[in-house]
Amino acid sequence: MSILVNKDTRVIVQGFTGSQATLHSEQAIKYGTNIVGGVTPGKGGQIHLDRPVFDTMDEAMKAVSPNAALIFVPAAFCKDSILEAAESGVELVICITEGVPTLDMLMVKKRVDELGVRLIGPNCPGIITPGEAKLGIMPGSIHMPGSVGIISRSGTLTYEAVKQTTDLGLGQSSCVGIGGDPIPGSSFIDILKLFEADDATKAIVMVGEIGGSAEEEAAEFIKTSITKPVISYIAGQTAPAGKRMGHAGAIIAGGKGTAADKISKLKECGVHIADNLLEIGSKTAEVINL
Amino acid sequence: MNLHEYQGKELFAEYDLPVSSGKVIFNAEDAINACRDIGGNKWVVKAQVHAGGRGKAGGVQLVNSPDEALVFAQKWLCKKLITYQTDAKGQLVSSILIEECTDIADELYLSAVVDRASQRVVFIASSEGGVNIEEVAKNSPEKVIYESIDPLTGAQPYQARKISKVLGLNQDQTKQFSKMLPNLMKLFTDCDLSLLEINPLVITAGGNLHCLDAKINIDSNAIFRQPKIAAMHDPSQEDEREYEAAKNDLSYVSLDGNIGCMVNGAGLAMGTMDTIKYFGGSPANFLDVGGTATQERVAKAFKLILADPEVKVVLVNIFGGIVRCDLIAQGVLAAIEEVGVSVPVVVRLEGNNAEKGSEILANANVKIESLNNLKDAAKKAVELAS
Repeated sequence: MSILVNKDTRVIVQGFTGSQATLHSEQAIKYGTNIVGGVTPGKGGQIHLDRPVFDTMDEAMKAVSPNAALIFVPAAFCKDSILEAAESGVELVICITEGVPTLDMLMVKKRVDELGVRLIGPNCPGIITPGEAKLGIMPGSIHMPGSVGIISRSGTLTYEAVKQTTDLGLGQSSCVGIGGDPIPGSSFIDILKLFEADDATKAIVMVGEIGGSAEEEAAEFIKTSITKPVISYIAGQTAPAGKRMGHAGAIIAGGKGTAADKISKLKECGVHIADNLLEIGSKTAEVINL
Repeated sequence: MNLHEYQGKELFAEYDLPVSSGKVIFNAEDAINACRDIGGNKWVVKAQVHAGGRGKAGGVQLVNSPDEALVFAQKWLCKKLITYQTDAKGQLVSSILIEECTDIADELYLSAVVDRASQRVVFIASSEGGVNIEEVAKNSPEKVIYESIDPLTGAQPYQARKISKVLGLNQDQTKQFSKMLPNLMKLFTDCDLSLLEINPLVITAGGNLHCLDAKINIDSNAIFRQPKIAAMHDPSQEDEREYEAAKNDLSYVSLDGNIGCMVNGAGLAMGTMDTIKYFGGSPANFLDVGGTATQERVAKAFKLILADPEVKVVLVNIFGGIVRCDLIAQGVLAAIEEVGVSVPVVVRLEGNNAEKGSEILANANVKIESLNNLKDAAKKAVELAS
């Protein structure tokens, strides 16, 4: 078992022929991901990475019936691509692209919610179910099939958590990067629900960071609705207020969104805290073996 | 990206929002003509910086003659204004806004932000203006209203009437506000704002609504489609190194420690800073070199980090995902040679081809401490910095 993606997921890549999409699609195919084709307007009819290219999602849907879309198009066109994917009938849309305007996401989020389509990202590393499918830009080699579900707002920080759980022999059921933007397609809570229902997941690692109140909301939800142990690390304990730390969402504004506030709320709700990023793996092992 | 008050008011005027007639000056000697052009016998002179708290810091003044305006301009232009919102060095005053004087009967508060929790643009209004809104929200929550706007329908008249009630507006003012609200919302969406604040929004002695201040932040992700606003950017208001970094597509924030950090990924960069602190050290900066840490980018990052004279050691922490660590190692070496790094460098490489990368660093002529786990690398950096 796993969440969201597995070896049967039929993936269509939007912006398929671009350099980033090509690089990561090649890696994903090597990993065993079932990429059934791609969409690049104006390049329909070509073959790329041994797969058909279509001009529109509509054509792709009719020809190869994908159920997940992976988006690599430039930020300016993401609104269009996400909406095209969502309206085409796929169940899952993953947008890797960084730098999507926030007001575009306000509109997009409302529409995908209406359609009941699950959106992951933007500005995220994607989703991987180790040993089955990789829809994203994470390095496949550090993952190992196992029992820890990982959710994170950050890319390389997720890899750190993954590497540590792999080194300790725990492995991962699935790993989901929800992205570092102010309006993400899916929240911690959305993914926590899926891990709670997944038999393969024994414990959940939630990697958060400063800014917003997503971790605090997740904490409340964990207290009432999650029975599996949750381990959390919050990045940005030393970040100053008012400065955007790389991610559009990572900013302490008006005294809110500090790491200290998030950690105390999470503790209060029964979440196990890794005080330092070096302890994510060991803390998880400790909690699982309790 | 932030705008100055005068730039915000230019946008307000375009959207038919009530602002004072005024002139911005960049040279002190223009003060006298500016006052004469505006007319009247009383003016407000306001130092333009990207920070609040200007009034208390002496950056806003009422003047009774053009000569007084000149004195104010001579005092502040090219000087730094220190307010409770700036750092200890203050912000450079590169322009001054001179406005006709407004007689105030009452001060209100109005702002709009992208609210993450509701995923809507939300207007926040209060009958208590000119003060810290967070304090009001905490002490008298009944005086604050939050009104969320549906992205499809936009701001509706009933919402303006609802807010007007909490603001305590009379019928005529409610009519004025009902015209203002959709215009504010249109400005917000047309220009990709992330924050719009009018503090205070005043009722004049004549009973009319008037925007006495204008604070505007623009979503950095949307600057590419806002050429007019991009042209309003004032680099003098930013940290020099942060500005230089942004031009090179690097994400950099200067801090007050002595361990320079170069990391790929924003989350890991914050995590690295936290780890340094955990072992008793102090980071000199946040720096995300991005997913593709090429030699060119690494070289630029080294230059930025070393431009800070406080830096005693540089800690490079790269988790090679798709990028190969051996290529990064070569990039680090070439960059060190190119830039001429004189402080010790500690490198931690992990991920794709990490061993090969460490080997390259170990065999190099440059003195580099290459460690393959973050714990040892961070400890080493802290030790070298103290």
